[in-house]
Amino acid sequence: MNAPNASGWRPSMGGAGEAKFATSSGDYGLMLEEALSFELGSADKCGVDIDEPSRAPVAGLSKFLRKSAPALPGLTEPETVRHYTRLSRQNYAIDLGPFPLGSCTMKHNPRLNEKMARLPGFADVHPMQPQTTVQGALEVIEQLADWLITLTGMASVAMSPKAGAHGELCGLLCIRAALDARGEARDVVLVPESAHGTNPATAAFAGFKVESIPATPAGRVDVAALKAKLGPNVAGVMITNPNTCGLFEPDMREIADAVHAAGGYVYCDGANFNAIVGKVRPGDLGVDAMHINLHKTFSTPHGGGGPGAGPVVLSEALAPFAPLPFVTRGADGSIHLVEEENAAEGHAQAFGRMVAFHGQMGMFTRALTYILSHGADGLRTVAEDAVLNANYVLRSCEDLLPAPFADSGPCMHEALFSDAGLAEGFSTLDIAKGLIDEGFHPMTVYFPLVVKGAMLVEPTETESKAGLDRFIASLRSLAERAKAGDESLHSAPHFAPRRRLDETLAARKPVLVWQGEPGVPGTPSLSEIGGS
Amino acid sequence: MRYLPLTPADRASMLETIGAATVDDLFIDVPAEARLAGPIEGLPAHASEMAVERHMSALAAKNLSAGSAPFFLGAGAYRHHVPASVDHLIQRGEFLTAYTPYQPEIAQGTLQVLFEFQTQVARLFGTDIANASMYDGSTACWEAILMAARITRKGRSVLSGGLHPHYGEVVRTMAKFTKDDIVSLAPELTADPDDAAVIAAIDATTSCVVVQYPDVMGRIPDLAAISEAAHAVGALVIAVVTEPVALGLIEAPGTLGADIVVGEGQSLGVGLQFGGPYLGLFGCREKFVRQMPGRLCGQTVDAEGKRGFVLTLSTREQHIRREKATSNICTNSGLCALAFSIHLTLLGGEGLARLAAVNHARAQQTFERLAKVPGVTILNTAYFNEATVILPRDAREVVRELADRQVLGGVSLGRLFPVADGLHNGLLVAATETTTDEDIEAFATALEAVLAGASA
Repeated sequence: MNAPNASGWRPSMGGAGEAKFATSSGDYGLMLEEALSFELGSADKCGVDIDEPSRAPVAGLSKFLRKSAPALPGLTEPETVRHYTRLSRQNYAIDLGPFPLGSCTMKHNPRLNEKMARLPGFADVHPMQPQTTVQGALEVIEQLADWLITLTGMASVAMSPKAGAHGELCGLLCIRAALDARGEARDVVLVPESAHGTNPATAAFAGFKVESIPATPAGRVDVAALKAKLGPNVAGVMITNPNTCGLFEPDMREIADAVHAAGGYVYCDGANFNAIVGKVRPGDLGVDAMHINLHKTFSTPHGGGGPGAGPVVLSEALAPFAPLPFVTRGADGSIHLVEEENAAEGHAQAFGRMVAFHGQMGMFTRALTYILSHGADGLRTVAEDAVLNANYVLRSCEDLLPAPFADSGPCMHEALFSDAGLAEGFSTLDIAKGLIDEGFHPMTVYFPLVVKGAMLVEPTETESKAGLDRFIASLRSLAERAKAGDESLHSAPHFAPRRRLDETLAARKPVLVWQGEPGVPGTPSLSEIGGS
Repeated sequence: MRYLPLTPADRASMLETIGAATVDDLFIDVPAEARLAGPIEGLPAHASEMAVERHMSALAAKNLSAGSAPFFLGAGAYRHHVPASVDHLIQRGEFLTAYTPYQPEIAQGTLQVLFEFQTQVARLFGTDIANASMYDGSTACWEAILMAARITRKGRSVLSGGLHPHYGEVVRTMAKFTKDDIVSLAPELTADPDDAAVIAAIDATTSCVVVQYPDVMGRIPDLAAISEAAHAVGALVIAVVTEPVALGLIEAPGTLGADIVVGEGQSLGVGLQFGGPYLGLFGCREKFVRQMPGRLCGQTVDAEGKRGFVLTLSTREQHIRREKATSNICTNSGLCALAFSIHLTLLGGEGLARLAAVNHARAQQTFERLAKVPGVTILNTAYFNEATVILPRDAREVVRELADRQVLGGVSLGRLFPVADGLHNGLLVAATETTTDEDIEAFATALEAVLAGASA
């Protein structure tokens, strides 16, 4: 049977891969199957006590009233708690073990952050309350902004972008606005191959043409190729630094100087800022704009895919163009949220508004809590330990799994391997699914695209040496099995809530909403589903 | 540092394995002149849990929270009761500390939630399908306009005068760069929304009309009539819902002909949070699925034939499609979607309908009482839980004076529409199930005193 594995997490009992017989319930001990809420609930159930309405609708509303309640089955509170608790147990999470997703950066989420974000003074205030009643909330924004500006060595920060890609867009729109102010119609953005895949998408979204810059054999930007592209039509360059190969771009300053000399701006994708926070200030490298994924560097929870938060730090040159709203402090010491265009000195050229309100306040509270907990000294150690952990994984596995850039210097926060050298027919996917059986979340796979069968491992600073040693032992054992042609790897995972899922079927015949089944509670008639 | 597990001995032993003398040797690719020798100056050092809690609590205490005062703000963010079990469940570590479900075999919890969420949103909106959430309502609105342009191959979008002005600003900001043609109708202080103006603005070049439902002044547009006019010339209708609780009482936009329905999901499960993180909702007709922005969760089977869920159709997404991606969305609001979904599961359709009826009744009670304040009239013929109150003077000043009396009395139209003329005496007032008789009386009494010129 399944002994607790070395990480202390007991792998779930799988289906037929492990069980020798079928249970009548479909559950296997603590491995619980769970139906959809639509199959469990019914129209006559409700988990909330609601008063009887004291009045009939106003006369003017009659023609808008709906004929029947929405076709949504309800559950009582105990049924709801059980449904979601059972579902939660089918998830891997950082609270269960390492989550070494390179470039995604999943570190321990301190619970103090959660507690602070839930203080009524932060959680229960409205974005359009009179500003005299939200001075503390505005002070959170101001304090976090001060930390971000100081840590990056930049002039200003736009706080409102909702996520990393949204921050990229904000930075490029600042560049566009600055060029417009100069009366220049530069329309090309250079994007190196080693940049995040979101970068070209963002540049296109902001109305630019994208031109790719190749990578050198050492996994860095080809500086000569980049310089050759510079000219009067180039608005700027988007560089991810540290890049997606986990490497620092050592020529960043030279690149920035060349781009500036040619009249362009430098956008830095700051997704990997966690590797250098407190050690290097991007402003010193000539960066004009850089977004910071608060969830990555400052550990705000990303619960199953979001929310994110992507404030953008800006150089002196771009600061005047930051979008609304922003905070300023008046002579009397009070903080003002500037929401109107042309409302403040020095910000008269704001390019507009990117979101309805002020950005991810709940994430700001968590990030500030995390930052204050670490302080300037602790944040520096965060970067050092993250880099130390990544290099430890790199050097502990490179004899079994080829590390394409290991000879070109230390990696930063993430270690990059390739699947070259595995037995015929074995690939990165087999290693990844095998890790699930070992009780670990797989690393990022098949990214970055510049490496064949890429495996990008980012341990983060919150993994202990003992924990890393267990992970390394599992990774090494899987590499050995894949080299030896162990066929059982092809059918991994064996000990997960589901075996390999058919992703092709999902894409070929998309089923995006519950179709219902005859005789099952909560199944609506077609007319209830609505639409065409 | 309580969050960092490496000991000095660990570090030394690991450096030995790596073959580096010091940790600084690992930063050798950083140009020497850019490397900082010690912690950045001018910032404090690390602090204990107790000290940080004291600091943050002091900041929180400087704010007047909605629950500690009579509270009547809406305008795209609403205060509803969130059942205790919602926040408890979203704080389970397996939800809170899970990342994007890239490995579906060990992310079935999140994926099943997203599938249930998509189904709930589609049924609430009356659309065939829905995605797994967007950043917020305003960015979802912009993405819908882009999607309509891709589908219709036309680029002229008409925004109704009742659209939340911040949503309109987001759209116009983005359109400046993508060169889409945005026609923004002016907001008018009329008892009913000017549907005729929207219909008159539609022509053969129109890609879509964007209509908020109920609109930013709390009025309810005739979506069926607008849809008929738009469809007659091949334009799409984008309905924007900033208060999804309303759909417990009034007809779903998809049922009335809207082709794309977007909205802000904050009302269910999420809380006010000073403006974010919020939850963008997005539903549409099934035939548009490949033009849809954002993440999608789809049903499939595993190697043993068991039902399971995966992220799907990712070829639309930017990390795959690069410059040809359909949207700027690279993530979703997973945790907020979970909160929304749990709250809606607790309510069920009947519960939502009753909650909506209570909201509407509380609003009626509020407006009946405010109408008795000398000099005050109610603009709307119909409303859900929010309507526009016309005051005898600039509502921006009145809101400030009410706040001096510890009453949070709504959002002034002057703050929402700083440059529009003729709206400044308008005050947008919202009531929900959290509004008490005492709140209503306190608001009316304070408003009476403020308008009478009494000092606080």
